Amino acid sequence: MMELVVFVLAGAMVLGGAVGVIASKHPVHAALSLVLTLFGVAVLFIAQEADFLAAVQVIVYAGAIVVLFLFVIMLLGVDRAEDLHIEPVKVQRPLAVIIGVAVAGLVTAAIVASRDAEVVGGGPGLEVGLPGGGRMHDGNIRALARDVFSDHVLAFELTSVLLVIAVVATVMLARKPRKGETLLDSKGGAA
Amino acid sequence: MLASLTPTTTWYLVLAAVLFSIGVVGVMVRRNPLVLFMCIELMLNAVNLTFVALARRLGDVGGQTTVFFVMVVAAAEVVVGLGIIVAILRRRPNATTDDLAELKG
Repeated sequence: MMELVVFVLAGAMVLGGAVGVIASKHPVHAALSLVLTLFGVAVLFIAQEADFLAAVQVIVYAGAIVVLFLFVIMLLGVDRAEDLHIEPVKVQRPLAVIIGVAVAGLVTAAIVASRDAEVVGGGPGLEVGLPGGGRMHDGNIRALARDVFSDHVLAFELTSVLLVIAVVATVMLARKPRKGETLLDSKGGAA
Repeated sequence: MLASLTPTTTWYLVLAAVLFSIGVVGVMVRRNPLVLFMCIELMLNAVNLTFVALARRLGDVGGQTTVFFVMVVAAAEVVVGLGIIVAILRRRPNATTDDLAELKG
């Protein structure tokens, strides 16, 4: 019963926030609706025994990414309401809705058709248990850490390279070119 | 009857599918590049939810590891993407996605 209540409430948050993102005129409202969706997904993560990822979801997505969005909106002063009635291509909206419903319908049909499929599990479990067989309060974090730092340690190191590259690239993109130079000089190299 | 109803993996997968298609519709309908980016985040989150639900169903922590890496890549992607959007909007305030055709070489 408890699980059902959590699922219904979190699902309503997720879908309500998602509709808010695509339906609100104001970019700031869209960003705040996005927070609602991301928080609902974090709740569903907890319901699915992904404790660590739920915490990361709130910290990284709701804490960092949405703040970055709001920062850009405020910084650029694009926080003006958009006229949602402009439609450059006439059939775009109905076509988009049809395609969206088709995607949802197809995927749902596939999910429902395969819901009784045999589970071929056997991977490392979601939690590291106590030697006696009890549950640990941080079992999920331990299991995830064991997987990341053993089987995927190379990928983990590569993500740190990726983050450094992203930071350097963004600083290059966002800085104002000095007088007399463009972002890219004529030889094609970075100025 | 309601008390015995517990959400199964299928429920979570269907919810993720609906969330994903809302993101798809948003990408096709909205013209503000920032909102477009938020819709891409919606789709990423839908896929993350699918991974987590299936990780529990299969009892395999590998799905959660994947979500972990997806989050890192999504953070990097947002940083670079917003940098590009800032550069574009600085040159042309009020640019919509239709104006970005000028990027054509």
